[in-house]
Parts: sequence; structure tokens; C-alpha cells
Amino acid sequence: MTSDVPRGVDAPPDLVQLLTPEGERVEHPDYDIELTTEEVRSLYRDLVLVRRVDLEAVALQRQGELGLWASLLGQEAAQIGSGRALAATDMAFPTYREHGVAWCRDVDPVKLLGMFRGVNHGGWDPADHNFHLYTIVIGSQTLHAVGYAMGVQRDGADAATIVYFGDGASAQGDVNEAFIWASVFNAPVVFFCQNNQWAISQPMERQTKIPLYRRASGFGFPGVRVDGNDVFACLAVTRKALRNAREGQGPTLIEAYTYRMGAHTTSDDPTRYRLADELEAWKLKDPIERVKAYLFKNQLADQEFFDKIDEEADALGKDVRARCLAMPDPKPEAIFQHVYAEPHALMDEEREQYLTYLAGFEGGGER
Amino acid sequence: MTTLTLGKALNEGMRRAMESDPKVLVMGEDVGKLGGVFRVTDGLQKDFGEDRVIDTPLAESGIIGTAIGLAMRGYRPICEIQFDGFVFPAADQIITQLAKMPLRSLGALKLPVVVRIPCGGGIGAVEHHSESPEAYFTHTGGLRVVACSNPVDAYTMIQDAVRSDDPIIFFEPKRRYWDKADIDLAAPGLPLDRARVVRPGRDVTLVAYGPMVKTCLEAAAAAEDDGRDLEVVDLRSLNPLDMGVLEESVRRTGRCVVVHEAPIFTGLGAEVAARVSERCFYHLESPVLRVGGFSTPYPPSRLEEYYLPDLDRVLEAVDRAFAY
Repeated sequence: MTSDVPRGVDAPPDLVQLLTPEGERVEHPDYDIELTTEEVRSLYRDLVLVRRVDLEAVALQRQGELGLWASLLGQEAAQIGSGRALAATDMAFPTYREHGVAWCRDVDPVKLLGMFRGVNHGGWDPADHNFHLYTIVIGSQTLHAVGYAMGVQRDGADAATIVYFGDGASAQGDVNEAFIWASVFNAPVVFFCQNNQWAISQPMERQTKIPLYRRASGFGFPGVRVDGNDVFACLAVTRKALRNAREGQGPTLIEAYTYRMGAHTTSDDPTRYRLADELEAWKLKDPIERVKAYLFKNQLADQEFFDKIDEEADALGKDVRARCLAMPDPKPEAIFQHVYAEPHALMDEEREQYLTYLAGFEGGGER
Repeated sequence: MTTLTLGKALNEGMRRAMESDPKVLVMGEDVGKLGGVFRVTDGLQKDFGEDRVIDTPLAESGIIGTAIGLAMRGYRPICEIQFDGFVFPAADQIITQLAKMPLRSLGALKLPVVVRIPCGGGIGAVEHHSESPEAYFTHTGGLRVVACSNPVDAYTMIQDAVRSDDPIIFFEPKRRYWDKADIDLAAPGLPLDRARVVRPGRDVTLVAYGPMVKTCLEAAAAAEDDGRDLEVVDLRSLNPLDMGVLEESVRRTGRCVVVHEAPIFTGLGAEVAARVSERCFYHLESPVLRVGGFSTPYPPSRLEEYYLPDLDRVLEAVDRAFAY
């Protein structure tokens, strides 16, 4: 059964917006932002490049090179806007869809493919880029972020923590516990909820009866709803929330109102539960097109600029593809590696027995 | 030598750990002002402050989830779960996150989190306060699981657990919290992953851990009257198992009885029995036998004396082992 209410056709109330879908700059009394031409051009570049990486990953999955992919299509502005608001010392805790935030943290996109290709379960050091590992269990990372923020607090560090989750996760116990802990300990954390309207097949009405950002008031901290397809507004709102956190004013819940334009993952078929009209309505609010329109209208970029970005995106896509295909399969002994930090008798025993067993086959048992 | 109860020995061990490393934290429900419902953390908040001994909200998943985040930031949290039966709201964070996150990072991330759980029955408590959930955690790769049985071990094992870079589930036998022993506070303990022969004997190896070690020692003392010399092995570490000590013991005695409070069915005793059988097959005079709880929920306290393995149940199993 499909949902008969195309959601998001009309903008919801209380939406912080600085750039309309038509590319018009609008003012907001609480969240204005000064952006140089260079900054706007570079935001545009980020939006285009992460969409290209995402498209390439979807193609790689369709060709059997990835087992699965969770597309960020439609959520680029929410991720680039919030990601670009982070200071180097801030820490980000993603779900498994934060490819745009990873990009802002300078994480090599190919690193993101490892878990979807099945060569590892994550494969990067969170401390390298202050970007935590992707978390698959819905909402678990919100508590890790609050704990990390409590550590920041104890260290007296000038840093904030941001944690990403979705409208579906807002129903999880861990997310609600995280709200409580952050609130009572006044932890320097920003809860960044990308409300993309759908938790696989379930619309947000199955998760909440009130607008998600209003949940914050029940926990005792501010909540704000931002146009998640407006990269300027996402940047401005997140920047302010992070600053408040660093200055000891505690947590903020940001609801980035956006739309999952693709499937939940490559295994999903959204035509079974939502109307095509809805997607068409949201295409008119595309996060990239409005920045392009703004740059064009205000003569801040010419066709040559856009062509160059497209060329760069194509080259990046090719590079990601080539390095994905070159990713080696791990050796069987990797099953036993990194399970424990210190020597563990059972791991040693099982590894030794299994490698001896494999060595009994011609060619060392490699498949 | 200092005479301490098991509870006080844990307290003293945590105190030493906190003194030697400013990154060590204690967190849990009522652990600060109250000193924990069993007073195991008594006085720590007064001496180390509210930033290091954290009275948390009443949310077990939150305790473990935030401890993970604190560990990522370089802290070494000791979490207290108030009672065994209350660990399940935290089971998701323990099993899906704490156990697996280091592997996810290919070893870059270390999570030195200790989860203290008072376990077992025998104190006349209401439902959910007398359980033995160790097998749920020994079945999860990435966790180390240990159980202390006496004040001397409690004192060193808690310090070793805090020093370990691996996440550790630390079981404390709640009905033995008030048992006393003389402790040399300067003496190092046996490494955390080693078993110990606590009573040497020739005829049968009794394998136990946590609260059942004392029961087995009592059984061994009683068996002397029957002319039987029982060896008692305290496993201490439940994952990994110290098979070296077990193998050496059973090869000598030829008989093995495993004792725990948890249900026998798919309990830790099954693992010990299988491994001992594999390694000592030609030395065994009888099958490895098990004594433990029934495959039921823990009974109301007026029935727990029937449920819990005691001296007689252990000796009955010893008799069966000799009947082969």
C-alpha cells in the first residue's frame, strides 16, 4: 500500500531557510550568514562531488562490486552544510549514510566503500579525521556522541560533538536516553536529525505525532527545524548550535527537513510504498539546483565554472571506481585479527587450527 | 596484611586504579552519594569528585553507550550495572557496540570499559536480582568475561581489568560480598586470564567460578570424611578459558564436575565439558558431569535453596562420577 499523502510539497511551519528552491536569498532574524563568493562556489563543488561519488557507488552496487549502498541522494545540503560548520577539533558521529559529512572531514570516499564491499566492517581510525565509524544499529551512536562530549567537557577542551541520525531513529530508546543524558549533563553535543520523511517504508507519522524538533523542549534544550535542502541554512544553524555547545550552553536538536530521493538502500523498492508525485515535488526543491541558480542569477559563476566541476566530478567517479575494484579481499586470518587488543588464548587457538586446516588444501585453501 | 570483605576489596582495588590513572572513572546508578546499593563504591565520589564518580540517569543502555564515548575520548570507565537482571537494556550496547567497535576500526580504537555486574542468587531477593547471565556474554567475541570468587582476587582482578585495553564483563558474586580475607595489598595477582587450583586433590576436579567456588571448597572439605580428595579449580576467566590448568588437573584426577548457578543447558559447563572431553579423552574415568541451575526462570526466593547448587548436589555428582 502506498502512502496517499505526498509529504513535503508545502514547506512546514517554522522552517529556517536562507536560500529558496528558486535560488533567492532570504533573510532570517536568528540565522543570518555572510558567505563569500568563493565559499558559495566551494559549497556547490562539495554538493556536486558527493552526489557523484554516491551515484558511482550505486552503479558499483548494481554491477555487483558492492553488496549494498545507502544513497544520500537529496540529502547533500544537510550533510555538506552541517559538515562544513564543524571545526577541526569537533567530533562527528555518523549513521551509515553520512557520505557528505565524511567528505567534509577529508575521509577518502573509497574508505566508505569497504564495509559495503564486504572487505571490513568500517576500516578507519575515528581519530584520524575526527569522524567516527559508520554505525548500522539505528541510534546507537547518539549515546557514544554524548559520552564523547562528556569527555570533552572533562578535558575542558574547546570542542563540540555532532551526531547524525534520522527520523526513524528518533523512536529508538537510545536516542531518547541520549537526549536525557546530554540535557542533564549539559553535554556539548549537537543532535542533527535528517528527517528525510521515510524510515525504509514508514513515513514519519509512524515515528512521531509532533514535529521532531519540538521534542527537544520536553528534554529541556532548544530545537530548530531547518530546510535540509538549503546548504546555507544548514551551515548557519549548525554553526550556531556548535558554537553554543562549545560555549557551555549545552545541546541543540536540529531537524533538517529533507527528502530521501532514492531508495533506503540499494535493496529497497520505494515504489511499493510511496507516490511518484512526491518525488517529483521534491525534485523542485533539489539542494544543488538552488545553489546553481543562485550563482547564475547573481553572476557569481559562469558556465565554465560549472563545466569544470562536472569534469572534476567525473574524474572523481572514475577514480573511486578504479580504487574500489582494486580493493583486495582480506586474507582468511583477518577474521581473527583486531577482535581483542591484547593476546587472547581462544583467538590464538582458533586461528591456528583454522589456518592449519586451510593449509591442508592445495593452494592454501584460498577461494 | 589487611582484612577486607570482598566488597571492600573491590572498593580498595578501584580506589588504587583511580589513584594511579586520572582517566579512570566510575559510573552507574547510585554509585556516588549512596556508594552503590551494595556500597561497593562507597566513599569514592567523596574522594574523587563528581566528575570521576558519576551518578548516572537510570538508563542502563545510556551507561554503556556513554562509557563507550568516554573511552573513545581516552577515559577508562568502570560501569556498575546495579543487578544482573538489569543488564539487558544495556545488552545491545554491550554486544553490538562495545564488543565490536574495536574490530570495526581494524584495531585503531581501544575500548577499555569494565562492566561490573553483581551476579547470582542466595540473598532472598525479588525477581531479576539473582541471575547468572554470563553465558550471554561469553558467547560474544570481542568481550572478555571474568568472575571473582574471593576478596584477594577481587582486589587484584578489578585493577587488572581496568588496566586491560579490552572491554571486560566483570561478575561479582553478590552473596559473597561480605566474605572476609587477609589481603597483602602490595602483592600482584595472578594474570586475569588464568585459572587457579584453589584446593589440590587427587580424585575429582571440581570446576567452578564466582559464588560456586566456596560451595565447591565446602564440598571438598566434606568429601574428606568419605576419603575422597577433591581438587577445586577456580576458572576466574570465563572467556578465554585457561585450558592449560584444566587439562593438567583432569589428566591427573580422571574425573571432572563443573558447577555453576546458571542453567546447565547451553551454559558455560557445556563448553568446559566439551573441551575437557576433547583434550583429556583417554584420561577420563567418567563423563564430565555438570551441576547447575534448572532451565527455568530463577525461582521465588523461598525456593532458591532448592534451585541453587549446594554441597549435597555437588557431592551427589561426585558420587555419580565414581559410579562409572
